[in-house]
Amino acid sequence: MAEPGAAEVAPLEGLLALDLTGELGWLLGKILADLGATVLKIDPPGGDPGRDQPPLIHGPAGSVGATWVAFNACKQRLDLDLAVAGDRARLLELAEKADFVLEGEAPGRLDELGIGWAALSQRNHGLVMTSVTPYGQDGPLARVPASDLELMASGGAAWLTGDPDRPPVRVSLPQAAAWACVNAAVGTLIAHHHRRLVGRGQHVDASAQCGVLPMLVHAPTFWEMAGVNPMRAGAFLVGRNVNGATMRNIWPCRDGFVTFAIYGGSAGRLSNRGLVEWMADKGMASESLLAIDWDTFEVATMTPAEIESMEAAIAPFFLTLTKREFLEQTEARRMLGYVVATAEDIAADPQLTARAVWADTYLPELGKAVRLPVGWFRLAGPKATR
Amino acid sequence: MSTTVEEPGAARLGEPSAALADLHVVEFGGFAAGPAIGKHLADHGAEVIRVESRLRLDGFRTNYPPYKDGQPGIERAGMFAITNNDKLGVTLNLKSSAGLELAGRLIERADVVIENFTPGTMERLGLGHEAMSARNSGLITISTCNQGATGPHAHRAGFGTHLTALSGFTHLTGWPDRSPSLLWGPFIDYIAVAYGAVAVLAALEMRARTGHGCHVDLSQYEAGIQLLAPVMVEHFATAAVPTRMGNRHPAAAPHGVFPCAGVERWCAISVHDDAEWARFRAALGEPGWARDECLATAAGRKAAEDDLERRVSEWTRDRDRAEVLEILRAAEVHAAPVNDMRDVFEDLQLVHRGAFRRLDHPVIGPHSVPSPAFILPETPDVIASPAFMLGEHNRYVICDLLGVGDDEFDALEAEGALQ
Repeated sequence: MAEPGAAEVAPLEGLLALDLTGELGWLLGKILADLGATVLKIDPPGGDPGRDQPPLIHGPAGSVGATWVAFNACKQRLDLDLAVAGDRARLLELAEKADFVLEGEAPGRLDELGIGWAALSQRNHGLVMTSVTPYGQDGPLARVPASDLELMASGGAAWLTGDPDRPPVRVSLPQAAAWACVNAAVGTLIAHHHRRLVGRGQHVDASAQCGVLPMLVHAPTFWEMAGVNPMRAGAFLVGRNVNGATMRNIWPCRDGFVTFAIYGGSAGRLSNRGLVEWMADKGMASESLLAIDWDTFEVATMTPAEIESMEAAIAPFFLTLTKREFLEQTEARRMLGYVVATAEDIAADPQLTARAVWADTYLPELGKAVRLPVGWFRLAGPKATR
Repeated sequence: MSTTVEEPGAARLGEPSAALADLHVVEFGGFAAGPAIGKHLADHGAEVIRVESRLRLDGFRTNYPPYKDGQPGIERAGMFAITNNDKLGVTLNLKSSAGLELAGRLIERADVVIENFTPGTMERLGLGHEAMSARNSGLITISTCNQGATGPHAHRAGFGTHLTALSGFTHLTGWPDRSPSLLWGPFIDYIAVAYGAVAVLAALEMRARTGHGCHVDLSQYEAGIQLLAPVMVEHFATAAVPTRMGNRHPAAAPHGVFPCAGVERWCAISVHDDAEWARFRAALGEPGWARDECLATAAGRKAAEDDLERRVSEWTRDRDRAEVLEILRAAEVHAAPVNDMRDVFEDLQLVHRGAFRRLDHPVIGPHSVPSPAFILPETPDVIASPAFMLGEHNRYVICDLLGVGDDEFDALEAEGALQ
């Protein structure tokens, strides 16, 4: 938080979170740490078993998984063997002083060990405990194992993604845990707000399957309101046209892919017009594109054939462009579109550099520094703090 | 609203009916990025007043199917309905001085203002944080936009599908031998709205400690990058540029989506260690191919992944999805249905959780809205009212909440301030 007027006191500074989570819950503690809380990650002796998950990164002191680094580098760590009574007693002591306990054991497991919600809340009435589990604390699947793949599948997201002639796909970078955690963080802080009012905490029950549901946005509504079961359509956008037409949203360019679509609405018309003017400047606009009256253009009611014909006229133009040219010109011409960025593109993005998104953190497990994104909580303006 | 420093744990307000019942929120903007933050707060009892205008309607009302009976209409849009339950709707013409003054008075009594207008609009209207905190010293404001309010690409407009691509997720979705695959809808918006709700709650905590409000500049791009962190850590450390790999996993195999009997019925199956592989093999009835010594180790299974996937498909292909799941789950093997958009309403676990809530909208009729992804047992969500009709709560908000008399209200309406 290096911005002028940034907070001198981080929002959650002075609050303590005990983090007993595994991979599914890692990001939750990170979000609390981002906001200034002290997050003490409790690992079994020898460290978090998820620490060695590939892909690995290497340093002079050892190798650790990139995902573990991304979500845990900001936390303090303490090894406790919860199978041992003395260590459980130590946890109970710590929980008396804690504001949050975060965990992701199979439902009921901590109760069996005598360190579940009943035991912890008895010692600390104000405690907020958040459990992030695959399917939640109860219900028919509460104890069924699930990894990212099963959660993206049962949460409906996989159904909507991939090429029509191949199976549905998940995002190759696991998403279910992260979405569960961002939502669990909302629940955790709502419980915290309520605790301020009444002095009593509660046990927040977050389900990763439910955390995936926001990715579906209005797709379930299509089924409910229109009897349409939207399906994966590869690079095409569905659900924006009353005739069921799909619109290409990902286009090959000279050095990768860019994203652009023919849209309706005022911003869409401006964007479509910007593209055709650009094509005309390069002598690549077809007669049919030039003939369109953008003031009355409405994409929602076009036929699939009309849209296909427009797209066939546009595709060769994009093939002549680099991602960089596309980004520069879309901004200048007020078009709606970005590039399909790779990690390399993102690392080089001047916007992220200008906003100091990246910071280096020394990691003893590696014996060297790693670069991480920081600082999503940005304060601006006068009187941000005392 | 309160600008005094609160004592932690003080039960000053007695027992609220909902966790956020003490909060007053005003929302400006449209689509998902701002209003879905407000939904997080409204679902738990905050009073959320959405300011709209008849002169420029929310895009979710006007050009975002599906619509009731396939007929476009500002009260017929599903997307608006699922984003705006349990809010109050008021129409104000912010181009009229009387409308602008009413907006200012709403902000005066608010704890939080959420906005995703074109960046700079609130300041130009005199409704920005600096101007309004002079009238309401504890005010918290949050502005959410594509890339944030500073930097060379500040204020760049864009839709969620495109920003999802800029943020790296699209490149990581699909098959390695083909074009990336589009993620559904404005994927990144729903990462950013959760971060936005977290930011609002964190700012409230800061105000409770310091007595001061603040302005949060939320970049949807940066919220997305938080979730992309594992890929960026790897890239910075190794120069690798991770790409999409269908459903495959760096170590586990099999790890994929397999066809079941019927049309477009799929199940996800993954095997994560040798013990699970032994259970999987047994569940399949110890077929000869699975006893191959090469498959006994994770590295061996990974090396034989093409074959392995073909064999698993042969086993799933003619079985009902329910049967596949029953067999594999009994053996404690990772397996799940690929739920389609009908299945998500019928999935027993989601039904058990109350993942969708039925509301009855005056035009749309009975329909479902999503409930939070978490359950707060002491303060359950209070989802009860369908999305407001355009201007539905004008009289309540302006007369009852702002104390404007009925005659004055009629005059405001007549002069076009409530358009």
